[in-house]
Amino acid sequence: MNILAIDTSNQVMGVAVQKDGQLAGEYITNVKRNHSVRLMPAIDQVMKDTATSPKDLDKIVVAKGPGSYTGVRIGLSTAKTIAWTLNIPIVSLSSLEMLAYNGMWTNELICPFFDARRGLVYTGLYQRAANGQLEQVWNDTNILLADWLQQVATLQKKVVFLSQDIHLHHETITTYMGDLAIIPDGPIHLPKASYLAQAGMYKEASSVHTLTPNYLRLAEAEAKWLAEQQGK
Amino acid sequence: MTNDQYILGIETSCDETAAAVIKNGTEVVANVVASQIESHKRFGGVVPEIASRHHVEQMTVVLEETLAQANLDMEQIEAITVTEGPGLVGALLVGVNAAKALAFANSKPLVGVHHIAGHIYANRLSKEFSFPVLALVVSGGHTELILMREHGSYEIIGETRDDAAGEAYDKVARTLQLPYPGGPQIDQLAAEGKDNLQFPRAWLEEGSYDFSFSGLKSAVINKLHNAQQRGEEFKREDVAASFQASVVEVLATKTYRAAKEYNVNQVIVAGGVAANKGLRSELERQFSDQSIELLIPALHLCTDNAAMIAAAGSVAYNQGHRAGWDLNANPSLDLEAFGARKK
Ligand SMILES: [Zn+2]
Repeated sequence: MNILAIDTSNQVMGVAVQKDGQLAGEYITNVKRNHSVRLMPAIDQVMKDTATSPKDLDKIVVAKGPGSYTGVRIGLSTAKTIAWTLNIPIVSLSSLEMLAYNGMWTNELICPFFDARRGLVYTGLYQRAANGQLEQVWNDTNILLADWLQQVATLQKKVVFLSQDIHLHHETITTYMGDLAIIPDGPIHLPKASYLAQAGMYKEASSVHTLTPNYLRLAEAEAKWLAEQQGK
Repeated sequence: MTNDQYILGIETSCDETAAAVIKNGTEVVANVVASQIESHKRFGGVVPEIASRHHVEQMTVVLEETLAQANLDMEQIEAITVTEGPGLVGALLVGVNAAKALAFANSKPLVGVHHIAGHIYANRLSKEFSFPVLALVVSGGHTELILMREHGSYEIIGETRDDAAGEAYDKVARTLQLPYPGGPQIDQLAAEGKDNLQFPRAWLEEGSYDFSFSGLKSAVINKLHNAQQRGEEFKREDVAASFQASVVEVLATKTYRAAKEYNVNQVIVAGGVAANKGLRSELERQFSDQSIELLIPALHLCTDNAAMIAAAGSVAYNQGHRAGWDLNANPSLDLEAFGARKK
């Protein structure tokens, strides 16, 4: 079983090839540069370096957001088209779930989040279940970080926080969570396409045509339009 | 085993998700367009974020439908061509990345195409070019006169200095409170009205092939506004007819003059506004001496589609142009620069 995993949903760009349950190659960058320009060259490189040709692929796994709208679409357009044309299954994961895999070493609650500006974050709550798999505890949502932390604090449990934007919110987290917050150091805060591939082994495939991004937010024009309709 | 060359095209620069296959550069085999117009109507115009979202939802569906209609599989496709710009960046990105994925997964060459080159080449799907060719490109975003001395070469000899013709149509349509999209509505109303409001014609300096429509647009808005203040009212049909007469007279006259000066064999009309009946008939009148051949594409090839992208793309492909895996969407891609790009 050869799996290609793609994540372009946030600043980190990741591509991984997994062969027979083992990570064969992974490419990861954490720079503010254009995913559209660099994604296909990265796929080409990882595939070449792992001696994988497109027709060897058995499955595509993609992170479907939340994150940058444009970033999510670059990954999904690429992944969907490859899966469709090769006629192989496509599996999609929440980008938050993908990041939560970085916390699989602990049995505590795991809170991945992405900064969504103006105090907002995309976040959810996860935990490693008894069967060794990652389980969703609270659904992914787009919320003020302060409101979210207030709710999480009521659980009175230890929580591991994971985010590439952790430095921006370190203080807020400890303010609300105190000693219950576990904030690890280093690159563990960057989502890894290798975990995406691993998760893809067990997850059910989506229908390629109907798979859509997980924006967690309406387009601004649509939200405005809906509000106007309700006002009528 | 045949020697026919099948080229696939993808176009997502605005609000149409489109794919097509053409044969030997000139023959449409399949041409699928998923229009989003119904979704954007409620906003009174194209919303870029909504357009991009629809493209992601439609892309593989449109590709599948295209190959099914063509009765071909990817094996038989020789190259993938895609609009790289200009257009809405988020919308373009979906097509560009789908095209790269398709080319990569099937080990096919990839070719980037300029959207306006596509509009021009829509004409080659009905009739072979005979150079030199003069193209009048009129759409929501473009008003240009382009001279082509050979395949793939584009020389802009005139362009709008402010609004595109299609933009002026949209603004006047909004002033007349016509539903979106306004261009076809004005065209329809104009057919029932009279050119009796004496709107200005912007000829600009002697010998210039440039255009300007913002003055005309303001003249229309002012005239309606002043009339309203006096409690008068013009017939909407007459406003549409007078506005349209001013636009098409300038477009057709300048096109004719340029065609004569550059001694071209063909004049081709391209872009969404080429579907306008008023423009079509004024051009036919100007070129009625038949000294120069006038080509106007079939209506369904005037609006955005991918057959035209494949048509321009197949010429670029056969000239040796290839895009790398780093091909990006370029929302402000320049046509002359595109024509002069390295192989
Ligand atoms: Zn167009």
